[in-house]
Amino acid sequence: MNVVEYISGILKGVKSLLIGMKVTGSYFFRPWKIVTQQYPENRKKDVKWFYFLPLWKAHGKDTPAERKQIVMLERFKGELIMPHNEKNEHKCTGCGICEMNCPNGTIEIISIQLTTEDGKKKRAIDKHIYRMGMCTFCGLCVKTCPSDALAFTNTFEHAVFNRTKLNKVLNKEGSTLMKGVE
Amino acid sequence: MAEILEVKDIAQQEYLINMGPQHPSTHGVMRLVVSLNGEIVKNVQPHCGYIHRGIEKMCEKLTYPQIIHLTDRMDYLSAHMNNASVCLTVEKALGIEIPERVKYIRTIMDELQRIASHQLWWCAFGMDLGGLTCFFYGLRDREPILDIFEESTGSRLIQSYYTPGGLMNDIHPDFQKKVKEFIKYFRKILPEYDQLLTGNVIFQERTKGIGILSKEEAINRGLTGPSGRGSGFACDVRKRAPYHLYDKVDFKECLYEEGDTFARYKVRIDEMWESMKIIEQLIDNIPEGDYTAKMKAVIKLPEGEFFQRVETARGELICFIVSDGNKNPLRVKFRSPNLINLASLNVMSKDFKIADLVAISGSLDLVIPCMDR
Repeated sequence: MNVVEYISGILKGVKSLLIGMKVTGSYFFRPWKIVTQQYPENRKKDVKWFYFLPLWKAHGKDTPAERKQIVMLERFKGELIMPHNEKNEHKCTGCGICEMNCPNGTIEIISIQLTTEDGKKKRAIDKHIYRMGMCTFCGLCVKTCPSDALAFTNTFEHAVFNRTKLNKVLNKEGSTLMKGVE
Repeated sequence: MAEILEVKDIAQQEYLINMGPQHPSTHGVMRLVVSLNGEIVKNVQPHCGYIHRGIEKMCEKLTYPQIIHLTDRMDYLSAHMNNASVCLTVEKALGIEIPERVKYIRTIMDELQRIASHQLWWCAFGMDLGGLTCFFYGLRDREPILDIFEESTGSRLIQSYYTPGGLMNDIHPDFQKKVKEFIKYFRKILPEYDQLLTGNVIFQERTKGIGILSKEEAINRGLTGPSGRGSGFACDVRKRAPYHLYDKVDFKECLYEEGDTFARYKVRIDEMWESMKIIEQLIDNIPEGDYTAKMKAVIKLPEGEFFQRVETARGELICFIVSDGNKNPLRVKFRSPNLINLASLNVMSKDFKIADLVAISGSLDLVIPCMDR
């Protein structure tokens, strides 16, 4: 290797480093391109823009439109729920298809026998138990439910202090079956 | 009393070093027992199985729709392709024709997943070689893809989106708009990757001519995916045995003859361009129709053995199902590309420095949970 090659090698190396630093440096002068979000702060409704740029906090200007409150997408599989209407009625008939389709034994249905007015015996749910600690959020229960009684909500802050608090009863107390659902 | 060795003798002896199980560059729990002579690697003995979960055995007591959610958890960076392997096998066994719309959506989702996987590989590979900036740039561009997934499938990483016969739910109305936006954005941003890392003199010195594997050796060891194509082994399942819509779209199989770490790197960068090309051909032409074929409530496969191979972001994944006519499979076998790609690590890293071992194992893009299953 002669001297010319040696020096041109060094210069090429320095040039390649400068090209890389041009990319990073350009973002230094374009702070509006920064995508980082401040998590607990952006849960609040009135997000001040300086929550995102703590260094510039002292200036304290108004909120730019694009850095608003965090919005969860509606289909996000956060937690299984059983929607109730305003009369405290749900659609679950207690057929047990969700329990059968769950791959992990997350769902357990405790059913009771009810006697209707005309003397017929009918199955109804006493408790629809959902153990979130075992759930893998595959979505088979919601997909296979014949009466659309189950749904996912997009909540995501599930941290609790005790594991037993993850076991939930989905049907509300005193709730009954919606009329017209068989 | 043990014999006293002179300094000269010690320098000539090989000694063993454990790399892992907790090592930042293995990206998972895998132990490499490395025989060293000074700094030179003489032998690499991988020990895997630290996160063996018995997924193949668990599949035997689950029904076919339930198996899908376990396959996500093998190779979590190509979850859609793993789902597709089981779904295609079941569909092949039952002999059902899936709707055109499903084929389009599955192809687009697979390619989006491939881009996301290569982005994460790119940023982790840059980080392994000391460029932490890459890590943040890669993750920033992966975020829009995960948002697209979240909008349509409901999850970001482990989607369980495919079912035998179709999809879990239809795509979101905004899906096409978001994907087109992303492609436009990423076409502008991808040259930035080359400026940041590919042209970098330190990166080139550390990857060019390191970990060379010849084409013959790659074929002998069964090295597939981008790693195999870096050695010139034309092994793209999308070209060799097309599934979904890959026989209808126009794309190039990225091949490099060098077989070194830099060639494997270049294959992945080129594949991101090719994936974008595939998505652009399909995104405007998604036909209307059902998002799932009519399936029975309980899926029972006929007696026999069924087999399907797909191309994940890491190589060829094979799903092999033996059925005895029940609703559960009798035996399920997954041919994981990661475990088989690991087999060539020993040949690649022989007579290179131990610091190069990080670059070589990084360039293979190993996902440990898929290796152990």
